[in-house]
Amino acid sequence: MSTPLLFADIDEPGLNTLEIYQRRGGYEALKKALQMAPEDVLKELETSGLRGRGGAGFAMGKKVSFLPKGSMDKYLVCNADESEPGTFKDRELMQKNPHMLLEGIVIASYAASANRSFIYIRGEYVLQAEMLDAALREARDARYIGDQILGSEHSLSLVVHRGAGAYICGEETGLLDSLEGKRGNPRLKPPFPANQGLYQGPTLINNVETLSTVPAIMRMGGEEYAKLGVQTSTGTKLVSISGQVRRPGNYEIELGIPSREIIFDLAGGPLEGREIKCWFPGGSSAPVLTPDDLDVPYDFDSLAKAGSMLGSGAIIVVDDSTPIVELAIKLAKFYRHESCGKCTPCREGTNWTVKMLERIDSGEATPMDLDIMASVQEHIIGNCLCVLGDAMAMPIGSMIAKFRPEFEAHIEAARARSGLGPAAAAAEQVLAAQGALGA
Amino acid sequence: MDKEIPRYAHGSRVPGWDTPADLDKDPATVPGVGGSPSVEVPAELRAEIEASMALYPETRSATLPALEAAQRLHGWCSPEAIEQVACVMRLTPADLAAVATFYDMLETEPVGRHSIYVCTNISCSLCGADALLAAVQEAAGEAEDGDAEFNVRAFECLGACDIAPMASVDGAYVGPLSIEDVPRLLEDLRTGRQVLPDKQLAKRPCADPGANV
Repeated sequence: MSTPLLFADIDEPGLNTLEIYQRRGGYEALKKALQMAPEDVLKELETSGLRGRGGAGFAMGKKVSFLPKGSMDKYLVCNADESEPGTFKDRELMQKNPHMLLEGIVIASYAASANRSFIYIRGEYVLQAEMLDAALREARDARYIGDQILGSEHSLSLVVHRGAGAYICGEETGLLDSLEGKRGNPRLKPPFPANQGLYQGPTLINNVETLSTVPAIMRMGGEEYAKLGVQTSTGTKLVSISGQVRRPGNYEIELGIPSREIIFDLAGGPLEGREIKCWFPGGSSAPVLTPDDLDVPYDFDSLAKAGSMLGSGAIIVVDDSTPIVELAIKLAKFYRHESCGKCTPCREGTNWTVKMLERIDSGEATPMDLDIMASVQEHIIGNCLCVLGDAMAMPIGSMIAKFRPEFEAHIEAARARSGLGPAAAAAEQVLAAQGALGA
Repeated sequence: MDKEIPRYAHGSRVPGWDTPADLDKDPATVPGVGGSPSVEVPAELRAEIEASMALYPETRSATLPALEAAQRLHGWCSPEAIEQVACVMRLTPADLAAVATFYDMLETEPVGRHSIYVCTNISCSLCGADALLAAVQEAAGEAEDGDAEFNVRAFECLGACDIAPMASVDGAYVGPLSIEDVPRLLEDLRTGRQVLPDKQLAKRPCADPGANV
């Protein structure tokens, strides 16, 4: 990629200060936007084809356009609750270039004519929240945020709101409840947040990376931005790559390059003497892919066609030293812990999936349990208010489908280790009970 | 966290494991409102909570910052801490307890002074987080006053998989950690120094070779 948009000079000392940010042309995009009508700013966002970088990949311009017109209180919420396992791109942006995010928020709020904004940052990101607070003070003093920004009609207030540790608060309606001071339980949709969100008012919710891209779009023009990447996935994307690779970290790529290039050329491939067993292309909620899928272009539609998703843009590489059952247990336990408990399929499904996986590991399962487990996953998908349950069901389902022989071998080995104990004993008990009834 | 549910050998639950609150008792009301006794709130805590409440269109939004402030003062969200927040925010203690029990970073039991959250999610566990957690737990358990000094917990993904396996130590991210780092980590915490300065995330450059050109 020729020039990075989001990571340009990211490690320049002092980039987090207003002075250096402005010297690099910061807040020029905001000045340009404020000269335009809000509808024209919105049009640029729509032309850019920018899709949300938080996970769902919904067109950002369209999301803005869903907000009702009129002079009611409207809100903009920046989702900085980055909790998807494997994802750490927003952390880098907020820590090293907080003003770029603030500038994006002001421009987006102008396009959406929202006058109150919030950054909901996960409570664990202490350093990043401090960086944002410091940047916010500078931006307020320079009149980039506040009443009548730079002499225009547009006013915006901004509050950095710290969460307190809950994965579910990254789900947009769970986030809204949490921001209102309640437990972070997702809400029934519709109504969608664009109509009834925060405090029941129209609300635009976008991810940190999405909003941080907005200044670049205003600078280049939507049409120019849309030339980057591929047709349905425009622009550049930050990819967090982690797990069993040589050079884990964040990389900015142009969407549509082969996944192999990211994993091997940028991240250095698997560790010495190891082979890739499977990889998550978009955080732990994405169905796993195998080494056969390494040439799939890294963009929204190609990954969907390959049976997975781009999600939050987090690649987790798993090599052949890790048993798939161990990986599945780890994953399922996470979702069990984070399920808010509001919907039965998710609350019970995550719990029973963990129990069944543990049974496999302890030698109490039979291959039939795999079918039961797969059917539990099918009953979770699409049956809850939010997609937390689906986020466990999809990868677990894909693991059972793609690594069934290994699951079966694990079952047999564990049963042999435990001397066929519990399962055989239980069967004997049943037989004995039936015999007693007959007599 | 998971609580063990007591069961009989045949599998059914031992009665009383989920005994509800005393339903005959009057529900706790907002302290200091409608004749219920007011509680003493430290002036600084009151000022901090009121400043948070002023930031939002609806004051209830300040629940998390307020509980966080109370936890900082009391060490955990004790019943006393919750009553004080309830008094300032004009909410019932139950409203706040419901929130405090939902979030991982709000403690509803007394804990050690320094928090050590060891990430044990996928990326970190692929890089040896489980052994790291066991080592930290063991070292903290052997230490004199270990329980009062350290709050060691396994935590879900902390968003720093590039430095796996890692931990958040009193809010500061450090990694990649090896088991040999553990004694120094605890020692740094005890003496009030910056923890493992060479492993702080704050000092780590971006991995992308295409950036910074």
